[in-house]
Amino acid sequence: MTEPTLLPGATPRLDPRDMRHLADAQVNVELDTGDMILNLGPQHPATHGTLRLVVRLDGERVIAADPVIGYMHRGYEKLTEVRSYPQITTLINRIDWLSSFANEVPFIHAAEQLMGIEAPPRAQYIRTILTELSRIATFVLFLGEMGLQVGALTPAFYGFRDREHVLNLIESATGGRFHPNFNRIGGLKDDLPWGWVNETRSTMKLVLDGCDVFDRLVAGNEIFEARTRGVGIIPGALGASYGVSGSNLRASGVDWDLRRDGKPYLVYPELDFKVWTHPDGDSFARYWVRLQETRESVRMVVQMLDQMPEGPIMAKVPRIIKVPAGEAWVETENPLGQMGYYVVSKGAIGPFRVKIRSASFSNVSILPWLLRGVYVPDVITILGSLYFILGDIDR
Amino acid sequence: MITLAADIGWGTVLAIKTVIVLGMIPVGAIVLGYVFLLKMMAHMQSRLGPMDPGGFHGWFQLVGDGIKFLQKEDIMPEQADRRVFAMAPAVVVISTFLVFIVIPAGPDLIVRDLDVGVFYALAVSSLSVIGVLMAGWASANKFALLGALRAAAQLIAYELPLLLAVVGVVVQAGTMSLQGIVEVQRDSAIFGFDGLGNPFILTQFIGFALFLVAAQAELTQTPFDMPVAESELVSGYMVEYTGFRFLFFFIGEFGTAFAFAGLAATLFLGGWGIPGVDSAALGNVLGPVALFTKLMAVAFLMFWVRFTYPRLREDQLQAVAWKYLIPIGLANILLTGFFKVAF
Amino acid sequence: MPDDTTPPDTDAAADEATSGAADPAPAGSPAPGEVVGFEAPVEAGTEQSGAAAEERAEQRVAETDEPAAAEAAQARADPTGEAPTQADEPEGPAPLSDEEQALLDRLEAELGEAVVESASAFGNLVVRVRADSWRRAAEVSQAALGCDYLSFVAGIDWQPAPREGGEVGGASSAPVQPTETTYGAAGSAGRFQVFAHVQSTGRHVGLTLKADVDEAEPVVESWVGVYPGADWHERECWEMYGFVFDGHPNLRHLYLPSGFEGHPLRKDFPLLARQVKPWPGIVDVESMPDEAPPDGDAGDGEGEGDEVTTGDEATAADSPPDAPSDGEAETGDATP
Repeated sequence: MTEPTLLPGATPRLDPRDMRHLADAQVNVELDTGDMILNLGPQHPATHGTLRLVVRLDGERVIAADPVIGYMHRGYEKLTEVRSYPQITTLINRIDWLSSFANEVPFIHAAEQLMGIEAPPRAQYIRTILTELSRIATFVLFLGEMGLQVGALTPAFYGFRDREHVLNLIESATGGRFHPNFNRIGGLKDDLPWGWVNETRSTMKLVLDGCDVFDRLVAGNEIFEARTRGVGIIPGALGASYGVSGSNLRASGVDWDLRRDGKPYLVYPELDFKVWTHPDGDSFARYWVRLQETRESVRMVVQMLDQMPEGPIMAKVPRIIKVPAGEAWVETENPLGQMGYYVVSKGAIGPFRVKIRSASFSNVSILPWLLRGVYVPDVITILGSLYFILGDIDR
Repeated sequence: MITLAADIGWGTVLAIKTVIVLGMIPVGAIVLGYVFLLKMMAHMQSRLGPMDPGGFHGWFQLVGDGIKFLQKEDIMPEQADRRVFAMAPAVVVISTFLVFIVIPAGPDLIVRDLDVGVFYALAVSSLSVIGVLMAGWASANKFALLGALRAAAQLIAYELPLLLAVVGVVVQAGTMSLQGIVEVQRDSAIFGFDGLGNPFILTQFIGFALFLVAAQAELTQTPFDMPVAESELVSGYMVEYTGFRFLFFFIGEFGTAFAFAGLAATLFLGGWGIPGVDSAALGNVLGPVALFTKLMAVAFLMFWVRFTYPRLREDQLQAVAWKYLIPIGLANILLTGFFKVAF
Repeated sequence: MPDDTTPPDTDAAADEATSGAADPAPAGSPAPGEVVGFEAPVEAGTEQSGAAAEERAEQRVAETDEPAAAEAAQARADPTGEAPTQADEPEGPAPLSDEEQALLDRLEAELGEAVVESASAFGNLVVRVRADSWRRAAEVSQAALGCDYLSFVAGIDWQPAPREGGEVGGASSAPVQPTETTYGAAGSAGRFQVFAHVQSTGRHVGLTLKADVDEAEPVVESWVGVYPGADWHERECWEMYGFVFDGHPNLRHLYLPSGFEGHPLRKDFPLLARQVKPWPGIVDVESMPDEAPPDGDAGDGEGEGDEVTTGDEATAADSPPDAPSDGEAETGDATP
């Protein structure tokens, strides 16, 4: 992986095993002389929520950056200890609220593993379709609002508009635009409404056209390329050791996608899809990879609509779900990265401990390393390209 | 009316003209703001913009916004420098007003036809830099300070391409007076064809492009809106301003846009001049209409670019000015001079 | 009471109900024979009747389109809650697959004695290593096994949580966990464990590593030198469990405010919300201007008619001594 070209005068990056820079980030106002400390957030349009980034600046260049998180910490892991499995399904929708259906899937899968139940094929197909629709909705918004981060006002509206089409689909199937709460242990709550398949096909065409617009308007714009190429390069191996995942890691050239490479889950083994990578690892690569993945998701949804079998949407489960004792770890490829649940059960109607591994937590942990030596506008570009959601970081 | 001027006295006439121009600034700002910022931007973004205020497509929106701003509480940060904070918007608006003084809307509809009109216009338009710096420093806010420093660097850097673009026009017209430039464009011919006059955009197309880019930067509009980068600095140097002080900045921003569009229309498109219309009386009536039309066309281009492009980073912005625009401007002057002398 | 051990899938009524779900009937309408919202009579004399009945009511409300009343009848027949699931409890640990065995062999080749125990949890290899080889295990995973990707580092407290409700409220619908201490896959020596999951992006394998943490002196070797991403995970583990990570450059609070006392994810740290306001919570009902105030709920400890007392209790309980302070975080100055 090529080293990023540093701006003249910037401090060279330390070896990642040398973590002394973290001590630098502890700011002590009395000892500072010429540097300026700037608080980006927690109220800031660019931080995607309540993330506070304390940066020490030398003019417009960042010397040290320290993300302060926890403004939205809701104590999910403690809450899951006093909730039953259906109640937890409702809760975990709200971790990554942009792609909320995708949050439920690994947890339900873990519970089903522990119980030894498998959801019927039609339910698996519908789950996968809804997961891919969440991915499309999340990415289409990203394609729009990444333009906003670098200053283009217009693509953001196109992103929201296209996302609305997909949210309408999710709402008509599950009843909720943002928090569907649709998965049940053993299957789904309801079958698809009549006419949904045709509606989805036409919406997918709309989304594809929208992707072409983003390709020309944003990715093809010279100023956008000037702002994003070479900005925020994450070397692949370093990213993996930080736990950076999803499109961020694939944009650094690492060919790793849990839908294809991890343990088989949902109906991905039956689908034919390509995993997109980009060698550069900069913000432009992350944008490009997500653009291609949106198109790929559209193709996958159409495949699934063609292949979907008839049948029941709920396996036979007892009235009161008591999950047998055991431990299960399920990690899935969510839109923001890899999300996993380590469910420890002792045979009750609720789990004993759930460790929630959220993607954005690890994606954001690389910021202190990534932001040194960059300009303030590049900080915004990098934050936008990593695409984290506060609920995912803070749980 | 104008023939009575001798009876009224030049002081009174000057006062009347000043008042009219002072009134033109907010009106111009509102017209530009409504048509382009609210409606055109909305339609480009697949939405409608204001539809309710005033009934017909929400034309009253900005007027209502102005009234709203006027009745807001005057908040000043505790650690702000009170006098400088209060004076900064005034400096910006004064700089706008001073530019309007030399823009002609008809043969007699100009506040003061200076012989060095162009020089004067560019000189006073750079006064707004001081206002921006005052605002950023006095706000006692690091984001405002960052915005103000960026603005200072940017506005000063882009004065030069602006100037160089205009020098080409001056060379071709042979005069620095704006009325003179308009008349030259109206009266001369393009390769013998008399009907269209000779708007300088045809020969000074490089200059026109340069002027538009530089004007975009002078107005801190995307792609040069680093000082006001909304997703980073959230209004930059204006962030601590609310109420009528913010209204001043807003009027200053759009009024200056109006002024620069007017300058561009005058220098490159022929201003109020309509070829074939020589009489002063007709010129005074049709001239403003012509100027307004050309001004809106230029403003359309400026705002269209504003809503489409992302913003350049500060160092890229400076590179564009110093490494590309200035050499192109110098080359443009060379070419103009050559053609002027040779033909 | 009848001890019904037949699995539900031999039940004809249940079959009818689930196949009915595939009909093109409008979604959401109850299948034929299904009883929605049926309140089961509680068997008198059973120990956990109160709590179990509430639990069942909760479940029913949450899943209205579950298979039919036959299921409810079965559940009623077993109020102690031994629900007949399909899979029986596996007798003894599941065997390791070839892939997992290969990983384990390689790990044991490098670590030798330090590998204490191993197990397979649904296709995921879980290996418990000795506490003093925690960091060495990370190095071996990264170098020998090629696991370059760090998923997470977390802690677990095996002590059973105290029963919900306690003195303040009455009933609670929190799931009833067993009161005896049991350990999970690959066992444990005591109350605390630290566990982590690493994967290999190249070889597409992964494993979970566990190590015991001493309860009296919870010190763990830090993984930061091996996987830089462990930095934040270990900070979170420290603030949630109290494990001190030896070698971590900057062990300070991550989620919680800087002055926070206590380690929330430990089982003896109470979930404050449940102490202040017992689940399902006081229903705040305001009466209309001319009406009399509503009666308090019979089951609750606090009556609604006694509003002043309720308010006092709420305000007194609202600011427990170890509430997080709302001061600034420890870094940076306050003015932006």
